[in-house]
Order: sequence, then C-alpha cells, then structure tokens
Amino acid sequence: MTAAAPSPSVALLAERTLPLALEVLSTRYAYATFAILFAIGLYMMIASPNLVKKIIGLNLFQSAIFLFFVAMAYVRGGSVPVIPTEGGAVGEYASPLPQVIVLTAIVVGVSLTAVALALIVRLYTEYGTLNEATIREVMDE
Amino acid sequence: MSNPELALLVAVPILASTLPIVGGLKFDSIGWPVAALAALVEAALAVVVARRVATEGRYVHSLGNYPREYGIELVADGFSAVVVLLIAVVTLAVLGYARRDGPRSNPFYTAYLLLCGGLMGIGLTGDVFNMFVFLEIVGLATYALVATDRSGRSALAALKYLIVGTAGASMYLVGVGFAFVATGTLNMAELATAIPDTVGYTDPLVVASFAFVAVGLSVKAAIFPLHTWMPDAYAESPDTVTAYISALVSTLGAYALARLVYSVYTPAFFEAVPLAGDALVAFATTSIVAGSVLAVIQPDVKRMLAYSSVAQFGMIVAAFGLGTEQALLGGVIHLVGHGLMKAGLFLAVGVIASAYGVRTVREYANLGYRSPVTAAAMGLSLLGLVGIPPSVGFLGKWYIAWGAIEAGAPVVAGVVLFSTLLTLLYVARLLETLYFRPPEAVEGAVPGSDARLLSDGGDGREAGSAGTDEPTAADEPTAGASETPPTEARPVPFEAVFVVAALSIAAVALGFAGPVFEGFLDPFLEAVL
Repeated sequence: MTAAAPSPSVALLAERTLPLALEVLSTRYAYATFAILFAIGLYMMIASPNLVKKIIGLNLFQSAIFLFFVAMAYVRGGSVPVIPTEGGAVGEYASPLPQVIVLTAIVVGVSLTAVALALIVRLYTEYGTLNEATIREVMDE
Repeated sequence: MSNPELALLVAVPILASTLPIVGGLKFDSIGWPVAALAALVEAALAVVVARRVATEGRYVHSLGNYPREYGIELVADGFSAVVVLLIAVVTLAVLGYARRDGPRSNPFYTAYLLLCGGLMGIGLTGDVFNMFVFLEIVGLATYALVATDRSGRSALAALKYLIVGTAGASMYLVGVGFAFVATGTLNMAELATAIPDTVGYTDPLVVASFAFVAVGLSVKAAIFPLHTWMPDAYAESPDTVTAYISALVSTLGAYALARLVYSVYTPAFFEAVPLAGDALVAFATTSIVAGSVLAVIQPDVKRMLAYSSVAQFGMIVAAFGLGTEQALLGGVIHLVGHGLMKAGLFLAVGVIASAYGVRTVREYANLGYRSPVTAAAMGLSLLGLVGIPPSVGFLGKWYIAWGAIEAGAPVVAGVVLFSTLLTLLYVARLLETLYFRPPEAVEGAVPGSDARLLSDGGDGREAGSAGTDEPTAADEPTAGASETPPTEARPVPFEAVFVVAALSIAAVALGFAGPVFEGFLDPFLEAVL
C-alpha cells in the first residue's frame, strides 16, 4: 500500500463533511460531548478488569445521559422555569421536564452506585482483590 | 379519572416493604407475615382490576389528577391485567415456598416486596419515563436479592447483572430522551399519536430512539447476545430468589418491550421502517437457537433452565416482532406460561437441593422414586416447556408458530419447531436421569436402590448403603468432582411440595384456557393492531 495522495473522491468527501463537522462541534458541542462520554463509559465498563473502574465507567455513562437531557432542555437566553408569584409571562424559559428527569435519574444512579460498591466491598473482603479475572480464577479453583 | 386500585397495586408493596426493616428492630421474624399480608392484598386488587378490565375494557388512573400531558397515568388493559395477575399469583406462590425454606431474614422480604411493587409499576404505567424508574426499582431489588446468600459467587453474579442491567436501562433512557426531543411528550398514548403527526416514523430521531429502546429492553429480557447476566444470576442466587426472578423479572422486561412496540411505536412504525421489525425478529430467532443449544450442554440443572429461558424469551420477543394477532396472542400466553412453569421448575430444583443437596443433572439419578410428587410436578412442567399438547407451553408455541406462518416468516415457525426438538433433548435427558438411571452408576448421586419410597413430606431415613459406588463409578467421567452425598435426606416441608405441584398443575390447566385468553385479550389486540 503506497501512501499516495488522497483520491479526488476522498478530498471531495472531506470538503463536504468538514464544514458540517465543524458546525456540529461549534453549535452542538454538548451533544458531541454526550456521544464521546457515552462511548468512553461503555468502553470502560466492558474493557476494564477492575471492578471499581467498571462502576466509574457506569457513572460516566449515566452522566453522559444527564448531559444529554440538560442540553436538550437548554434555551439560549431563556430564564429559569419558575413562574413569578405575581403571575404574568416570563418569556422564554428552559424546559423543566427534562431537568426533573435528570434529578430522578441522578437519584437512581446514586442508589445503583451504592449497591454496586456494597457488592464490591463484599467481593474484596472475600477475595482480597478488585480484579475480575483474578476473582474468577480463584472461584474456578 | 380516579381509580385508586391501580395506584394501590403499586403503592401497597412499596409501602409494606419498609415494615420488615422497621419491625425487624423489635420482632425477629416479622418479614414473612408482612409480605404474605401484602401479597394477599395484591392478589385481591389484581382480581378487582382484571374483573373491571374484563367488563369495561381499558381504563386509566391519573396520578394526582394532573392531565396526561404533564402527569403520569396508570393504565389497565387486557395485557397489563394478565401480567398483574401473573405477578400476584407468583408472588403468593413463592412466598408459600419461602415460609419454611427461607431465606428468613427481614431485609430479604423488604427487597421482595420492593421488587413486587416495581414489577406492578412496570405492568401498569402509561408513561415511558416512569417505566424507566420502575425498571430501575426492579433492577435494584433484584441485584440485592441475587446476593442474598452473602457468598462471593452470588455477589459477583449480582454485580455483573447490575452493570449489564444498568447499561440496558440507561440505553432505554436515551431512547426515551430521543422520543421526547422528537415529540415533547412522555405519555405512551400521546407518543403514539405525536410520532406520526409531528415528525413521522422514518425520522432518524424516531428510528434511533426505537433502536436504543429495543436494545435496552432486550438486555432486560435477556435476548442473545445480551443474555450473559442471566445464567450467572439464576444459578448463583438462592432457589427461592431464582424462582421469583426467573418467573417475573425478565417477563416484565419482555412486557415493557411489547408495550413500547405496540402502544408507543405502533405496528405502523414497523411498516414504515421494515428493518426495525426484521432486526428484532432476527435477534430473537438467533436467541431461540443459541439458548436451546447452550441449554443442552449444561451439566448444572439451574444453568440449563436459565439457558432455556433465553430461548423462551427469544420466542416471545420474536412473536412480538412479527406483529400479527396470533403471534402477539401467542407471545402473551407464552409469557404467562413460561413464568408459571419456570417458577415451578426452579422451586422443584430448590426442593430437591434442600432435601438431597444435589444440583447437577447426573446427580438426579433415580430421584423420581425418592421424591415422587416433586419429580412428577417437575416432569409435568418440563413436558410443558417442550410443548406437549395439554399444557400452556403448547398453546403459546402453537399460536406463535401459527402467527409466524401468517406473517410470512416460515423461518421463525421452523426455528420454533427446531427449538422444540432441542428442548426435548435436554428435557428428556433430565427425565431419563430422574426415572431410569440407576443411582449406583453415578458418583455423587443419592443412593437408594431399595424399593422403599420416600414420600416428599415424610422424614427421609436413609436405608440404602452409601458404599455402593465403588466398581462402576470408575468408568464414569465425573473426575470425582462431586462431593459425597449427604447420607440422610432432609425432610421437605409440605408447603414447598404443595406449591411446586400447584404451579405445574396450573401450567397444565391453563393449556385449556386458550379461548379465555383470546376473549380477554381481544380488545387489547384490536386496539393495538
């Protein structure tokens, strides 16, 4: 395989997609971050042999989803979604529903983390290691 | 619209779940009575709901009387009523078993009731985000229950389930988020009309949302290749827990998938995006084959039954993906039938394990004559799993195969039949061991070639000599891994045997209830198809 100059079609492709990619990065960076964090979290959960790091990956994965929900509720220049007591219009405001969802999801995530860490503590006291492969080895013996 | 029985179905077990812990400060064994009381209330409420659904069809309860655009609705229709009844029955049955066979600790019953409440919530909610919350409540309670026996093995199984299950539920949440961005609502009925009205079915956002939801819920329903948590979780948890979660947890995962597919995306979505339905059916069909093949090669009975569940859920989800009336009906029937049969089977495994301490297929040799009632009940449920005619297993498979041919997918019908053969293979192996294999040939089996029958409820006095295994055991390739059998069988409580027998008889009796199912589910089928 010779390192030839990119063929015209590749150049064309780059020419077309690059502006799009730049636009996404500059205006939709929250969603791009969501996708990246989501993938990193998933990878950590699968690839790391360390149980605690798996749980950190799980938390990253969930935080990515929280970011997604908060980002979609955000309105540029909007106010907090609290209606003044004297009534009247508040103009544009951020959507409250996704924020409530995130609050609930955070609570769920915290309880999951607590249960996971409790299980890990039990595994550590029993096997003296956090490495999943080692634990399985000891188990099979 | 206020129909408080729907809210009570969810609230009663969740509120009652606090009592065993609080009461545990003062009383030692308050868990079981509290759980039994709550389960009886649940059963009564479930019957009330089912009767109302039978007479007046679908009805809703708006929590806090908020309109459904902002509030959360609980919905009872034919499908959810069937599932709610299943939960109530299995909750009672497993409690009947747990009365004597434990676990006895109060926190166990807290998790048990929490799980029951979460399952009821999944069955009744009409809001996609609320469904996520209930999925996670069910998940949390299940992870705790799997690790009940405090061993390292069960902790690792529970942790694996936690990581995989949470990833699945989070995927589902992403799917819900996409659907919310597309339509601005979270109510299922609103979504069903808002998706075609605002963005259309082929919008990338809607398709991506379906993909995330389907993958997330497939984890919960243990569809191959997302099933890996299931055998570990089933095999390592205590028998009481295995019976409960195998009958209900994945069942409600499959229910959630069907509910989302039919009440949110609707069959019109499958027509607009044929790939979505085809992919679902393809994965489910693979799951049927993979689960059956893996079940055949398992030496451990609980693992064998767990892989069998992977196959059965593949069949159920394939039926949901096909989307014809017969297939959907078959899927619902098989969901109920599988739940009852698996609860009975795992409880029978529990009875045998607590009496003789044996857990592998080989060690079951000749137990058919030592525990005639349990073994007969186990045999009935196993034959039902194969799909021998007068059983509910046959009814479900029959409708699914019929629906597959109707939907123009003869491959699925062929796979259902093929998996029946494979099921027969592992079922026949177990039945043959139970009734026709002399125990002397198997190292680790319970000896007892003498003709004396041991009644299940009686006290197990060992009459045979334990030293009969010396010449033949050498040719058996067990490699001496099995431990020496307990020389004295422990007596089995009457309740446990009764529950096992009742569940297997119920599974057979439901085989005659085809027209009942059809009549009960007809309004639901007409509404969604």
